[in-house]
Amino acid sequence: MLAGPAFVVMMLVTAYPILQAVWYSLFNYRLTDPENRSFVGLGNYLVILTDSLWWQAVAVTVLITVVTVVVELVLGFALALVMSKALQAIRPILRAAILIPYAVITVVSAFSWQFAFNITTGFVNSWLSWLPGIGADTDWFGGKWTSLLVICLAEIWKTTPFISLLLLAGLAQVPDVLQEAAQVDGATWWQRMWRVTIPNMKAAIMVALLFRSLDAFRIFDSIFVMTAGANGTESVSFLAYRQTISRVEIGMGSAVSVLLFLCVVLIAFSFIKGFKVDLSQARGEG
Amino acid sequence: MSRREKTWWWIAGVLILLYCLFPIAWIISLSFKGAADIANQQFLPTEATTENYSTILTGSASDLFLPALRNSFGICLIATFISCILAMFAAYAIARLDFPGKKLILSAALAVAIFPVISIVTPLFNLWREIGLYDTWLGLIIPYLSLTLPISIWTMSAFFREIPWEMEQAAQVDGATTWQAFRKVIVPLAAPGVFTTAIIAFFIAWNDFAYGISLTSTSRARPVPAALGLFSGASQFVDPTGAIAAAAVVVTIPVVLLVLLFQRRIVAGLTNGAVKG
Repeated sequence: MLAGPAFVVMMLVTAYPILQAVWYSLFNYRLTDPENRSFVGLGNYLVILTDSLWWQAVAVTVLITVVTVVVELVLGFALALVMSKALQAIRPILRAAILIPYAVITVVSAFSWQFAFNITTGFVNSWLSWLPGIGADTDWFGGKWTSLLVICLAEIWKTTPFISLLLLAGLAQVPDVLQEAAQVDGATWWQRMWRVTIPNMKAAIMVALLFRSLDAFRIFDSIFVMTAGANGTESVSFLAYRQTISRVEIGMGSAVSVLLFLCVVLIAFSFIKGFKVDLSQARGEG
Repeated sequence: MSRREKTWWWIAGVLILLYCLFPIAWIISLSFKGAADIANQQFLPTEATTENYSTILTGSASDLFLPALRNSFGICLIATFISCILAMFAAYAIARLDFPGKKLILSAALAVAIFPVISIVTPLFNLWREIGLYDTWLGLIIPYLSLTLPISIWTMSAFFREIPWEMEQAAQVDGATTWQAFRKVIVPLAAPGVFTTAIIAFFIAWNDFAYGISLTSTSRARPVPAALGLFSGASQFVDPTGAIAAAAVVVTIPVVLLVLLFQRRIVAGLTNGAVKG
């Protein structure tokens, strides 16, 4: 019964709102026009799913998720390797430094990257002017793909440290005996990496992958700060926000929220079933 | 390790340092740029000035920034405190007792942790308006629990699982009362875990943006990240870049201090719950 209050609070702050959202999503309801609230059944969902705006937001979100998670995994693994081998003298400094991107709030990180690439305040254009196609008048936030690139860079910077810490803990789980045995048997560094290290830390990799994918899929803060969804950079979360808060279309916004929730459930489910991520085992519950 | 190898590790280490600190160095440098320097397209200011800091701390933007800072501290500390208390009971039960709902609670925490924040914002936005919680501290503290509570439960139960609980009985055998055994043996063993959990929960609450902008409308309850995101300068003719940079530096100071003071614990807390077999 000691765990009861925590459980009840968790349900109150999530399960209850999502059920409420499901209910709202069945109505055509705009705050500025409460008289015309009417039941439309699944009408809102029909409107959303046949609208290109939704599919564009889904495409942008999936793209950001895949790109950032893949880069973060590779980069995070490299960071973890350096951290695990780093000399004793610099290890505490590295550990403190690596926590800083994790601890800095997303909005600050987004502003930092935005100002760096911004056409008037940024230094990136003058630093990179030797590259073909980049000059003082390169407007990174003027187009869809360059905007997305900067958004991805900011996300990767901020969240790679978290992945690398998880992977570092996973690296520590790989038994040294196996490494030494492989080395004695004449395995190259590369072979040892692929045949010994990575298979032995599969659980850690999968947990990192699952958490980051779900986190990346909810991307909102950086997009709000950097582009506010301009030039087709709107993510699913941003779409839901815009419908509800800016346009006060409670019904439509709720429907987008419910769809977003279903997407996240789908991703989590396919990870756990498809890749057989055993969370209870990975979490030390086994 | 050979000399050459050593050099390589040093280089790799320095690269990581650069990677981690560069964007922070940039925003600090930007915050010291004067109005004429903001658009100089260089990394460093030609002449460092503190005028941006006076704008947000005493000047025209202070009535936006200071209340936001107070709101952020107040709301995050209260939310962290509540979730730590609730998580303490839950983690104690998970670590020590064998009961059928154990797995359910851990799975529920996991499910809540992956919940998309925006999906909660929509219904709460309407609900809070109806019951008068919109734009209040309480109206943010409650949803913040959805962010802090799951991670608190996970982290704390991972810590509590490693406490040698037999020590309590041992103390009682040695003649300590139940209360003494709890206070003198269990509390000191559990305190580091609770403390680390509190730091991580605070980070997460401090980082929130979506609730902050959606569920507040004035400086009554608006936290700093939201104020920053919506800040557009004293008038539309003044470029707010410098002021935003200075405010960004100010909100980064508390988390950097926590990182520098407690880095070892934070790393343990972040990874302990996640991968320890």
